[in-house]
Formats: sequence, C-alpha cells, structure tokens
Amino acid sequence: MENKLNLPANFEGYPEMRKKGFLNMKAQKDMGKKVVGMFCSFVPVELIHAAGLIPVGLCAFTDEPIPAAEAHLPKNLCPLIKASYGFALTDTCPYFFFSDLVVGETTCDGKKKMFELMNEIKPTYVMQLPHSRDKDALAFWKGQIISFKEKLEEFFGITITEDAIRDAIRRKNRERTVMREFLELGKLDPAPLSGYEMGTRIDAGSFSFDLTERCNVVEARTAEVKAEWEANHGESGTRPRLLVTGCPNTGVRDKVIKAVEEMGADVVAFDTCNGIREKVELVDETNPDVYEALAIKYLNINCSVMSPNQSRLDYIAKMIDEYHIDGVIEIVLQSCHTFDVEAHFVKRMVTQEKGVPYLNIETDYSQSDSGQINTRLAAFLETIEK
Amino acid sequence: MKYYTGIDIGSTASKVVVLDDEKKIVNHFVLPTGWSSKETSAEIARRLEADGMPINEEMKVIATGYGRVAVDYAAKTVTEITCHGKGGYALLGRDCSIVDIGGQDTKVITVENGMPSSFLMNDKCSAGTGKFLEIMANRLGVGLGDLFEMASSGKALAISSMCTVFAESEVISHIGNGEHREDIAAGVVDSVVNKVAGLCSRHSMKGDVLLTGGLCECEYLISCLSRKLGTKVYSDPMGRFAGALGAALIARGKK
Ligand code: SF4
Ligand code: SF4
Repeated sequence: MENKLNLPANFEGYPEMRKKGFLNMKAQKDMGKKVVGMFCSFVPVELIHAAGLIPVGLCAFTDEPIPAAEAHLPKNLCPLIKASYGFALTDTCPYFFFSDLVVGETTCDGKKKMFELMNEIKPTYVMQLPHSRDKDALAFWKGQIISFKEKLEEFFGITITEDAIRDAIRRKNRERTVMREFLELGKLDPAPLSGYEMGTRIDAGSFSFDLTERCNVVEARTAEVKAEWEANHGESGTRPRLLVTGCPNTGVRDKVIKAVEEMGADVVAFDTCNGIREKVELVDETNPDVYEALAIKYLNINCSVMSPNQSRLDYIAKMIDEYHIDGVIEIVLQSCHTFDVEAHFVKRMVTQEKGVPYLNIETDYSQSDSGQINTRLAAFLETIEK
Repeated sequence: MKYYTGIDIGSTASKVVVLDDEKKIVNHFVLPTGWSSKETSAEIARRLEADGMPINEEMKVIATGYGRVAVDYAAKTVTEITCHGKGGYALLGRDCSIVDIGGQDTKVITVENGMPSSFLMNDKCSAGTGKFLEIMANRLGVGLGDLFEMASSGKALAISSMCTVFAESEVISHIGNGEHREDIAAGVVDSVVNKVAGLCSRHSMKGDVLLTGGLCECEYLISCLSRKLGTKVYSDPMGRFAGALGAALIARGKK
C-alpha cells in the first residue's frame, strides 16, 4: 500500500485559499461591492447573486475562537456553531467583518438560537426553514424565499428582477454541475485523486467570488485528472474505497480524511453538505415560477435537520453502488443531535441492507482525540481488508 | 526454531505471547508499562533474549496496543481491536462478542467467521475503564483486587455521574457521609458495569460474550456483567493476553 497522499505540485491547502480570499474580498469591497455572509446550504444563494451581492460562507472550522464563544454559549454545543459565533464575537474572521448582512436559517436548534446572539453583533436575518417536505411546508418556504428577496431589496436599497434571478439560477446550476462532475471523479476505480484534494477544492472554491472563474478552475482540474487517469490508470486497486457522510467535515478533514487516506484508503465519495449533497438536484430552469423552483430545490436538500429524511438514506445507498464503496465513515460533530440520531438509520441501512462496514466518529475541532481516532480508523481498515 | 511473538503495550501493562510453528504458546509474560514504552519494549527484548528467544531472523514480532509504535523491532503494527478480536476468538474457539476493559478505554468487538467485523470504543472519557476503577480504589485506599473483594459483600450505592472527575467527588462525599466502604466499592463496580453494558447495547452485540483484558479474572465483575447483560460472560485465564495472542497469531499467519 502506498501511504502518502498524492497531491498536485501547485496544491494549496484550505487555510491558504481562505487567506487569499481575504484580499480578493477586500478588493471587491473597495470597489463598492456589498457582501452577504451565510452559514448553510439551505440559503438560496441565487437571490444574493441576482442582487449583484457577494455571498460568502461564514461556517468556522478551527477551535481557536471556541473558548471566547463559550463565554456566551454552552460548552456542549456543536463546534461549528461555537467557532462561527466565536469568530464573530472576537471579530477575527475577515469574512464576517466584511459582511454587510448575515443570513441565518432555522436548521438545527443550536444554530437557530445562536443567530439571536449574533444579531447583537451584526444584523442577522433568519430564514424560517420548515423541517418537512409536504405541500404546506413548500408553500411556507416559498413565502420565506420571497421575504428574503424583499429583505435584500430593502436592506441594500435595490430591486431584484425575475430576469436577474433566472440568470443567477442558470449560473448557479452550471456551477453545481461542474462541482458535481469533479466530485464524481470518485466513481473511477482506482481512485484518480485523493478525497483530501476533492474536499479541499470544493470548500476553498467558495473563496473565489466569481462564479465563472470558480467553475473554470475546477473544470480544468477535472479534465486534467480524467486525462491522466485514462492514460495511466492501473488495475482497480487494493485500497479500500470509502464514503464519508454526516456533518460538514472541513474542520476535521486533516484528522479524519487525511489520516485515513495516509493509512492506505481512498475517500472517493462525500455525502455531506461540503460534498455532493447540495449539488445533486438542480433548480428547475423551466418552471415559470422562479420562487417555487427555488423552494422545491432547497427543500429537497438531504440534511438531517429534515424529518423524516429517507431521501438521504436512499442517496447513500445509491452512492454505495455507484462508487463501489467498501466502507462508510460517518462523521458527527459533537452535540449535533440531528446527525447523531439519524446515524442509527444510516448504520442500519449501510450494514444490514448493503452489508458494508460502518464506522461512526464523533469528534470536535480539537486535536486531543487524534490518537484515538487513528486507532479507530486503522482498526476499521483492518476489518475491511480483503 | 521459528518463533512468532505478539507484544501488546497497554497503558498500564505490557503483555507478550510467543508461539511456535504449531501455534503452541511457548512463552508468555507480563511487565508493567513504565513511563516510557520505548524502555518497556527494550526490556521485553532483553527478557526474550534471556528466555532463549532472541530477536533475530528466526523471530517475527507484531506489536499492538497504545505503545505499539515504540516497538522498533516489530515487523508490523496492528491495532488492539483486530488483535483482541483474533486472540479472543482463539481463546473461546468460536465467533463471539469480545468485551475488553482496558486501562484507557473499553471496547466491544464482534467476531464473525474468526474475523473482527465491527467494533465500538468508549469515548474520550475514562468512566467504564480500568483507569476509573484504579482511581476509585485509590480513593478508598485499597488495591484493585481488594476493591472487588469489598464490593462483593456490599450493597451498591448510587454513583450516577458518567464523568470520572464528578464520580470521584461522589465517592468522596459518600466517604464523608460515613457510608460503608463495601457499599461504596459495590457502587463503583456497578457504575463501571453499567457503562460497559451501555456500550454493549449501543453496539447491538450478538453471540456469546468473552471478557478480555486485565480484569478478566475478577469473578465478581464477571458475575455483575453477566447479570446486567442477561447472558453468560465467559472468561479465560489467558484473557489478559488476548491482544498479545492475537498479534502472535497474525505474525504466524495462515499457512
Ligand atoms: S449540515 Fe445541514 S444545517 Fe449544517 S450547514 Fe449543511 S445543510 Fe446546513
Ligand atoms: S453540524 Fe449539526 S449541530 Fe452543527 S450546525 Fe450543522 S446541523 Fe447544527
């Protein structure tokens, strides 16, 4: 087994890309552009693009700001929420600093209540996300999307036309398709690139604020990887092929994904919201009602905050087949109740219906458990080894 | 003569098992793991040499346990989960679930067709581990053996906290209230058994249960655990060597 990560020579890690984005954003701000900070895949980012505003993700992935956040927030709260709030509170995230408006959503309880505190630091508008997918929920969510559009218009003193929304839908759909094609490189067997690289590129892409440019960079990499694979791929390898599911994993990518790949496995598929989850379904460009089209797409995101959430299980099952998965790792951030509870169904489906080994890792952003995690990962691979 | 040696460097004790070509155990011993696993692994090499089994081409070593990377003369390292699974299977002679109460962590391992197929480990906290029992025994001013001895004649007091630090203060307040030490000891064992049983039920364990690790000869613990799990818990005099035995078997390979 080859135990080193194979990264392209010019590869830049997530922290470097994030830093580069700062300057990029500062330049945009200096040109008079306005910025909307957001936290979650459920926010219909098309509206922000249509308004000519810059959307930026504010989810935080390091543990530095957590002690500060714990002055206001309970200790047993998900690290993503604490870190994001901590950045805001200590004013140490340039993206938060540059955001003119913050938009939150009522996804999980911790985040929803945290936004009330965040609103005391910076104007935070909260979209009320319903947690089911029936027709009442759809009607309500469509209303929320329209209200959000009106909020943007009022707050920034602009008008958002339907034409502009349609155009944004097209651009955003293209981006989803490009990212999806990149992530689907993982279907190739043997794996053509590391999951570490895939995840990093998807996450860091959000720090390049021009959608077209973002697409071009990733499209080029997809073509390059494909060509290289066609030219010299060997036999389908002995390295176990893993699917990662669960909470956003950016903050634990080194500790879990890099670690397991260095032990000799390939992470080839991501059912996560920094993976393919949000990119599977496009917004229907033919629907004459743009708001309804957006509402349908966003309500169908397979996040565990939805109840019930059978479509996530169905999708994981499908991915296990399509990506030739040998093992599933579910990453649950500490105190994330929705994913933690739903893990019961995921484990049952994966092990009983699919007969595939499953490992659940509950962790946070600290490094204190990396030894334990390494042992679990190594043991998990030992159970998969054929 | 070819030898196959498994070395399990745990957090408190290091176990060694040597097999011959016929998979017969020809040597086994345990040493306390000192502050340095490196030093311990050197000590093991000296001991093997003195027993006429020097580390050379005739000897294949596999290391496991917390300090496994410190064994620089090992051909390979394998996690304690796989080793306990294989060793436990060899001891019981059939598929089973293995409960290993170790110094730092507790794990439940399901063995199917002789191979560990799934496992669950307790979280960051030391409740439900050997460490927890050690700390509590210390508090009561007795050794680990005496703790079980005392517990067997006591009536378990409630120790409800899941966290070692808080549980310790519960024990202190029981002592302060003048409760019988036997009852406190029984409470301590009870809380460990509850925690271990909780892990077992989360793992949806199946088949016979084998207890391995340093506590596998504590009759009282075994009977409490059997009662709690509602199924007979098996043990073996070689149970604390399960990890080292598994490692030695892996060194021996199929053939
Ligand atoms: S996991 Fe769910 S709630 Fe969290 S950011 Fe993703 S979509 Fe939003
Ligand atoms: S990981 Fe879970 S708890 Fe944390 S913000 Fe997302 S849904 Fe909420």
